Amino acid sequence: MKKKMTTVNFNGTQEQEAMLAQVIDEYKNVKGALMPVLQKAQRIYGYLPIEVQKMIADGMDVSLEEIYGVVTFYSQFILNPKGEVAIAVCMGTACYVKGSGDILNKISANIGVKSGETSSDGKYSLEATRCIGACGLAPVMTINDDVYGRIKLEEVDEILARYKK
Amino acid sequence: MDKDNIKINIKINGKDYSVDKNSTILEACKIASIDVPTLCYMKDINAIGSCRICLVEVKGAKTLVAACVQPIAENMEIFTNTLAVQKARKTNLELILSDHKKDCLSCIRNQNCELQKMCKDFAVEDENYFKGERIDFPVEHSTIFLVRDNNKCIKCKRCVAACNKLQDISVIGANDRGFDTHIGCAFELNLADVPCISCGQCIVACPTGALYEKDDTHKIWDSIEDPKKHVVICTAPSIRATLGECFGMEPGSFVQGKMVAALKRMGFDGVYDMDMTADLTIMEEATELIERIKNNGRLPMITSCSPGWVKYCEHYFPEFIENLSTCKSPQQMFGAIYKSYYAQKKNINPKDICVVSVIPCTAKKFEITREGQSVNGINDVDIAITTRELGRMITRAGIDFHALPDEEFDAPIELGSGAGLIFGTMGGVMEAALRTAAEMILGESIKEIDFKEVRGVERIKTAKYKLGDIEIKVAVASGAAHAKKVLTAVKKGELDVDFIEIMGCPGGCINGGGQPVQPMNVRNFTHLKTARSRALYSEDAKSEIRKSHENPIIKEIYQNYLDKPGSKKAHELLHTHYKKRSMYAK
Repeated sequence: MKKKMTTVNFNGTQEQEAMLAQVIDEYKNVKGALMPVLQKAQRIYGYLPIEVQKMIADGMDVSLEEIYGVVTFYSQFILNPKGEVAIAVCMGTACYVKGSGDILNKISANIGVKSGETSSDGKYSLEATRCIGACGLAPVMTINDDVYGRIKLEEVDEILARYKK
Repeated sequence: MDKDNIKINIKINGKDYSVDKNSTILEACKIASIDVPTLCYMKDINAIGSCRICLVEVKGAKTLVAACVQPIAENMEIFTNTLAVQKARKTNLELILSDHKKDCLSCIRNQNCELQKMCKDFAVEDENYFKGERIDFPVEHSTIFLVRDNNKCIKCKRCVAACNKLQDISVIGANDRGFDTHIGCAFELNLADVPCISCGQCIVACPTGALYEKDDTHKIWDSIEDPKKHVVICTAPSIRATLGECFGMEPGSFVQGKMVAALKRMGFDGVYDMDMTADLTIMEEATELIERIKNNGRLPMITSCSPGWVKYCEHYFPEFIENLSTCKSPQQMFGAIYKSYYAQKKNINPKDICVVSVIPCTAKKFEITREGQSVNGINDVDIAITTRELGRMITRAGIDFHALPDEEFDAPIELGSGAGLIFGTMGGVMEAALRTAAEMILGESIKEIDFKEVRGVERIKTAKYKLGDIEIKVAVASGAAHAKKVLTAVKKGELDVDFIEIMGCPGGCINGGGQPVQPMNVRNFTHLKTARSRALYSEDAKSEIRKSHENPIIKEIYQNYLDKPGSKKAHELLHTHYKKRSMYAK
């Protein structure tokens, strides 16, 4: 799926930058080390915005486009930070046939965020995930660490309201 | 016996061949006079086996194999034209067509499209055989020189290989995955907002109409029709070595006479030779070099006539900006001198003059808009068109190029020296500068004027010349990847030179991004650059005047107008400045 650009302002700290610099230093002369560097960078920042990718491009002497190409190829790399309220709707086969597509659309309409995006204030993020392995509870979604199973379409607004503060 | 030269026996379509063991099936077939069709394959830089058009049958193999990446093996039996092969190629073409924007009639590459030709060759009957989803990509127009229409992209990644492997710039690449895969810039930025050097090597690599130059020919037709405008055209050195290819001639055909004849039938008020201003560039550049050497100026001095290279330097090696010669390129010098000296002589208001240049280069379209490329608020050059655009104009004008007689450029700018002519190929500017610098230093005429050490269109070259009591160490490089190598070596102190020629495109202007597009099977299996380059060197050898400073027009310009090379007037008109450019606009 096409990756969505972030509209959230970059809030990287100097500590994070120092950590990334250390990672780059470690891998700078290792051939084919872009993937582990990206994985570690994502662990440090939570996502891979242009600011972070530029630091990696400069540090590793790889073009920004090459890095962006890799980041948009692998689904595990993300361009949007997780929101304070991070919603993930399972799109595995069982959940999908039980109507998780409609649930995703309803959530999207409710919070005004499309799948794969984060609201520009950083409050909400919405993600359509692959099977999370709770097919018995289909359709399933998670909000932060909370798991909601066998959700009905009409429950969606009420569940979301719990996080709207 | 040489280990790398071992031959092995294979069979192709039932016939026996003995082929170098390191060959791929594709290369082996070429030796057997069989053209296996390819779309994504580019020799040395793009063997990715992704287009699936070069499929062939190999006895014992479970599936058809991609000839471009499959190495041969002892006793391999290859079949290139079985029904299974033909069907597979046809199906794969139909699949490529399923999401291709098929507006062939109005496509710039109509009749010069590798995909179109292949569909014909494999008898694709129904272009809509597979009707599926199609992503509607916006057409990218952000730069002044190029259009990208991803709706026609077949994802062969040849443009990416050109940008990445040939030029080592990598501002374009494949973004996203699966059906969403498309060629673009990082973070989907516009090409104008990334450090693209506008060389156009991606365009000449493209098999379809997904990448093409911005066409400026309509501006020329408009200007010619305008009775108030005095429209003149000048052609860069390399155009005469490549224009014939637009009309099906062999690469390396020297067509100066026909080119001039064609231009004279199109309504211009003057058809002039940019070789003359290449000579003018040499006068200024050689003078600048000697001054820098004598006065401990910044060395090595680096040539500045390739706007792709200049832009590369400004983005990627700004610490070398001071090393760039301040001389404008021959294109810009032509405009500057025409709109001053010649305008005065002809008593024409420079504002009414429209200078058109024909150049082998897409970066020249960018160059005419640069700051510092105008005099008194009047742009030196008004319109810059590539060889391809000129080819289309000649065709549109109904001129039978093959039947044209040879004609001469118009006076007063009818003549360039052999030195000006070889500007069009890698090493040419260096050699031209050395011919003049040598005589400027020695103060006498030199006989040996072939500086063969700096000739050739491939590798980086270095040489040392002793001119009187001055020793000049030189280097020649072309293509941004080689520029990077040379500059890095200079930076590290590994390369000690006084003068460097750098061209933005591999091989120099003869292989510029504005030159006629040759299908990749021609580029893969012939020495295109060498053929084009040879055309210029052999004409230089035949020239009566082979040194820039001996060109009578040059002598006259300095005598009557500029005084001497490097004069105040010359600086006002013929020199420019550069600026550091950011890497990414965001």
